[in-house]
Amino acid sequence: MPEPVSEQTISVEINGETYEQEVEARKLLVHFIRDVVDLTGTHVGCDTGNCGACTVLMDGKTIKSCMLLAIQADGATITTVEGLAAGGELTPLQRAFSASHALQCGYCTPGMLLSAAYLLEQNPHPSEEEIRRGIQGNICRCTGYVNIVEAIKSVAEGGGA
Amino acid sequence: MDVLTPRSLDEALRLKTEHPDAVPIAGGTDLMVALNFDRERPGVILNLGEVPELRGWSRDDGLLRIGAGLTYAEAMAEPLRSLLPALAEASRTVGSPQIRNRGTLGGNLGTASPAGDSLPPLLVEDAEVEVASLGGSRRIALHEFLVGPKQNALAPEELIVAVLVRPSGAPQTFMKVGPRNAMVIAVCSLAVAVDRERGELRAAFGSAGPVPLLVIAPLAEADGFPALVASAASPIDDVRGTAAYRRHALRVLAVRGLERCLAA
Repeated sequence: MPEPVSEQTISVEINGETYEQEVEARKLLVHFIRDVVDLTGTHVGCDTGNCGACTVLMDGKTIKSCMLLAIQADGATITTVEGLAAGGELTPLQRAFSASHALQCGYCTPGMLLSAAYLLEQNPHPSEEEIRRGIQGNICRCTGYVNIVEAIKSVAEGGGA
Repeated sequence: MDVLTPRSLDEALRLKTEHPDAVPIAGGTDLMVALNFDRERPGVILNLGEVPELRGWSRDDGLLRIGAGLTYAEAMAEPLRSLLPALAEASRTVGSPQIRNRGTLGGNLGTASPAGDSLPPLLVEDAEVEVASLGGSRRIALHEFLVGPKQNALAPEELIVAVLVRPSGAPQTFMKVGPRNAMVIAVCSLAVAVDRERGELRAAFGSAGPVPLLVIAPLAEADGFPALVASAASPIDDVRGTAAYRRHALRVLAVRGLERCLAA
């Protein structure tokens, strides 16, 4: 029977690379990603699950990585924003964000990109309402969302994220 | 903070008996907010993410057995969506896609918030909660499980295992009032069903009393039903809304819900 432990060894695949590491039970996944693995593209905004800046893909689904302990990700496969342009070449979605001026300060952009990529994977041709529902868990304080929606729409129409 | 990660239900129940103060975590969408704000400091948490028995759902002779680990996103997917339409609608209003991918029905029951979005639709469908300890399992009618604001009938050594529900097939809907259509705790909410087979109008409200509450009337009394729902509520004034607004909104939602269900 397991005993309570304050540290646990986890194995997590992030952007194709496996990290096996002992982590404190209390460590948030987002802090594991940023501070241990040193992938700082994933941002911390609110720590309450509201803002979506910390959104990553876990086993193919978007989650908020401040709402998860690192130990809960043991055995999982994670994609962060750094995993999108894996070969150094931006994805069509990233290019569309750039072309449509879908970012200003950029703080929300990593999470926004992952929510948009997840949406387009589930629903390659979303309506504007579906796009807005798809990014409802990601707050942007600069753009007013119009250009973000435009960017996602242009990828949906152009075929493929 | 220490963690326990059981790999089976039996192991989880043994650990809960040995460590009755251990706080269960599934999706974490409630508990993590409390931890991040330092509102709660549990000595031990019980990580239920690796317990396969809590996942998925099954159907036996018309009775659905929904694992406590079922996520809102899963409740929105067919065929569950058609079997429990109001639950699917309620799930659609929970948080955002990221939250719906993590948050679970078992967690909503465990938190037992008056604002828990899955609770009104489950009350309308007469759901039962299956809880278990090493000594065995018991079924508790949902209205008896919800005993007060953030209080449920779970004993310290017990865990929520499943939700049991026999879908009525009745036209039903769920509505929620909030400042926007995502990331919102309900100002008030209402599930409505028109169950012609039972000859009943059924409604359950959330965020308008210490617990979500079921209100039933005969089919013929549709005209007076919205007022009945509003008078059954015992709302309070708080940061999200006033008692008077909540009562008014419930009446409006009941009218709207009946219209939808009677047209179906």
